Amino acid sequence: MRPMWSRVLQITTLLAVPASLYMVFVVAPIEEKMGVIQKIFYFHVPSAFMAFLGVGLCAVMSVLYLVTRQRRWDLVAHAAAELGVVFCTIVLITGPIWARPVWGVWWTGEVRLTSTLVLWLIYVGYLLLRQNAENREQAARWAAITGIVGALDMPIIYKSVEWWRGLHPVVLKMSGGGGLDPVMGRAFAACVVTFTLLFLCLLVERVRLGRLEDEVESLEQQAARRPLTAATDAGGGSSR
Amino acid sequence: MSYLGTVLLVAGKDLRTEIRSREQVVSLFVFALLILVVFNFAFDFTIVDFGSLGPGVLWVAFIFSGVLALNHSFRIEREQDRIEGILVAPIDRSAFYLGKVAATMMFMSAVEAVLVPLAAILFNQPLTTRLGALLLVLLLNTLGFAAVGTLFAAVTTQTRRSEVLLPLLLFPAAVPIALAAVRTTSHVLAGRPFQVYANWVWLSGGYDLVFLAAAVLLFDFALQE
Repeated sequence: MRPMWSRVLQITTLLAVPASLYMVFVVAPIEEKMGVIQKIFYFHVPSAFMAFLGVGLCAVMSVLYLVTRQRRWDLVAHAAAELGVVFCTIVLITGPIWARPVWGVWWTGEVRLTSTLVLWLIYVGYLLLRQNAENREQAARWAAITGIVGALDMPIIYKSVEWWRGLHPVVLKMSGGGGLDPVMGRAFAACVVTFTLLFLCLLVERVRLGRLEDEVESLEQQAARRPLTAATDAGGGSSR
Repeated sequence: MSYLGTVLLVAGKDLRTEIRSREQVVSLFVFALLILVVFNFAFDFTIVDFGSLGPGVLWVAFIFSGVLALNHSFRIEREQDRIEGILVAPIDRSAFYLGKVAATMMFMSAVEAVLVPLAAILFNQPLTTRLGALLLVLLLNTLGFAAVGTLFAAVTTQTRRSEVLLPLLLFPAAVPIALAAVRTTSHVLAGRPFQVYANWVWLSGGYDLVFLAAAVLLFDFALQE
């Protein structure tokens, strides 16, 4: 029962994944200084973009939800926050794997690392808060507040962590810059496109799943009401 | 009743309750003092320079006891469903929020007012030079913490796991405040001129403004039943 455009999106993603893998591992040359470990950057940086996309989308949808009180905005906000956490987790795992051979340490207090970790913590809190709400409406309302506060906080967190460290440890210019080989640039662009497609695919499916969950819940409520009326007709008690 | 009148009324109510019951401030003091004592054992301050660790120790004590104060602030409203009365009262919800922020500020400031001189004694430090700058730093950062904390506490105390959920949401969101507070406090204690840490003071002030404004707009949604 999926709409046509969602099918098209899925098939495009399915084709884009092997295509960009080919670009990354076959077409793009191996980086001179870092060697093969540099390839992780084709997955690490697009994941970071998707994490920010998730968080930003969540904030916009949260505002829309609080203003309109329409369920669908909350479904998108929830899905976007979950995806934000997933991609943020990928960033936090691939980052140290890359940093160990290149910087010589798994973890440093570098500003992007630290603020990504704080971002991850905020949105894990967001998901935990949702779990602890008593009903969907409450979860949506509380989550929207957290989503908005989290997004407002991000630039301040980034700035404060940057000042806290004082001088940066030497950060290699990872993205753009003059040194990036044009073939590498194309492979990177392909990865960004593929990750965006994947993000949209997962988002659409997660929103659909949220709708189905809603439907199941309202069906369960209907089913719960039915024997109650039958029991009262027969003069029974109020418990079901 | 005027808006400011409502704010003062709510803050005054919490203050009066506290003066009559005295259940809150004493436990906050003892808890915060305990943190100082634990750190006093954990780090040997005859070897470690107080200037590098002391401000962090102090703010850990303030922030942890602040979480206790915030949890208490809304738990008392939940008991006997006092919150229902507030929800049906013809007052602006944001005024209720600001009153709660003011009350939390009072409790946290009371703890700070005792703890700072105590730390000076415990760690053999002349903490009271540059008192004006120290007060400004304490005030700005306590306000930021209370502003975000009150918004989150209003939400989390409606769950059964508020003791865990409040710090879980508040600590990451309050990272800028924690960093600014520790950095400015250490600059002030080291007697450095204002220009050195002016950036941080602006950051704290900006944080306060952004989140007070955001919370005034959002608080209504935190309490709807």
